[in-house]
Amino acid sequence: MDDKRQWPLYEVFIRARGGLDHKHVGSLHATDARMAIDHARDLYTRRQEGVSIWVVRSTDITASDPGEAEALFEPARDKIYRHPTFYDIPDEVKTL
Amino acid sequence: MNATAAEAADSLFRYVLRLGDLGLVLGQRLGEWVGHAPALEEDLGLANVALDLIGQARLLLAYAGELEGRDRGEDEIAFLREQSEYLNPTLVEQPNGDFGQTIVRQVLIGAFQLEFFERLANSADERLAAIAGKAVKECRYHLRYSSDWLVRLGDGTPESHARVQSALERLWPYTTELFAEDDLDREMADCGIAPRLAEVRAAWSARIDAVLAEATLDRPRDRPYQWFGKRGEHSEHLGYILADMQYLQRAHSGARW
Repeated sequence: MDDKRQWPLYEVFIRARGGLDHKHVGSLHATDARMAIDHARDLYTRRQEGVSIWVVRSTDITASDPGEAEALFEPARDKIYRHPTFYDIPDEVKTL
Repeated sequence: MNATAAEAADSLFRYVLRLGDLGLVLGQRLGEWVGHAPALEEDLGLANVALDLIGQARLLLAYAGELEGRDRGEDEIAFLREQSEYLNPTLVEQPNGDFGQTIVRQVLIGAFQLEFFERLANSADERLAAIAGKAVKECRYHLRYSSDWLVRLGDGTPESHARVQSALERLWPYTTELFAEDDLDREMADCGIAPRLAEVRAAWSARIDAVLAEATLDRPRDRPYQWFGKRGEHSEHLGYILADMQYLQRAHSGARW
């Protein structure tokens, strides 16, 4: 980020309500983390979308390489026994 | 209603107009930034502040309409009065200038609103107390937003520092009016409806000193004031705001969304 005219990019994560995970909602530009929180509040919680905000510099996220997708993800495809679908779910359990 | 009660109602009506017009005119001013702010994110940030202020103005002006008892709703009061009937302080009608000047104005008035509404939340008038209780949360964020920016600009580059210092010098004289207690302010404070302006001033002053110090800006000297927007005597800028703001209601009377 040598170009000072362009603010760094931040990724925004919002927790919709207590007990839920923070979910990625988008990104924005800001000069620092505190400004990123303010901007996230103004851009992404205008309609009561959240009760908590995380921001992280986009450059601090390490992403998997799409070119390696086959090697990373294909091997799981034929291992359906890893899904917990072989159990009888008691009726009392509403969500799983 | 006997004469004394009618006078008291009229005083409260004018006082509520002062508060409502502050939010209305400042909200309209900030709205001018939409589409023009330095970044898309600031566009939305300023618009959010503007919408909070318009929301406060709606509650206050609707209440004013009830107090007046002439069957005028919030829209008629907001859009169909003459310039001298607007009772906002002169500071909030000052032009946006550059982003730095808008931020300076926002810090000066935002610190006032926060300290004022915190105290108005204990008003003897339940309606005003409720409106203030809601507004105070909004104002706390407004001041966080504007003072963070003032620190960035004041303690930023030599150019940003010079610009906000000069905006501070230009806008400072208008802050005197905020605390110049007149008969109406005194009457409202005496009956427990409004806070004492001297008390608000002390708290405001401490807040301003703290943010100016962090922003490495110099507090301008107080000068004799000559503005009385809150009595309907405005600077030349309000007329242009009203022309813009009132056009739709005057051209299409009673227009609704």
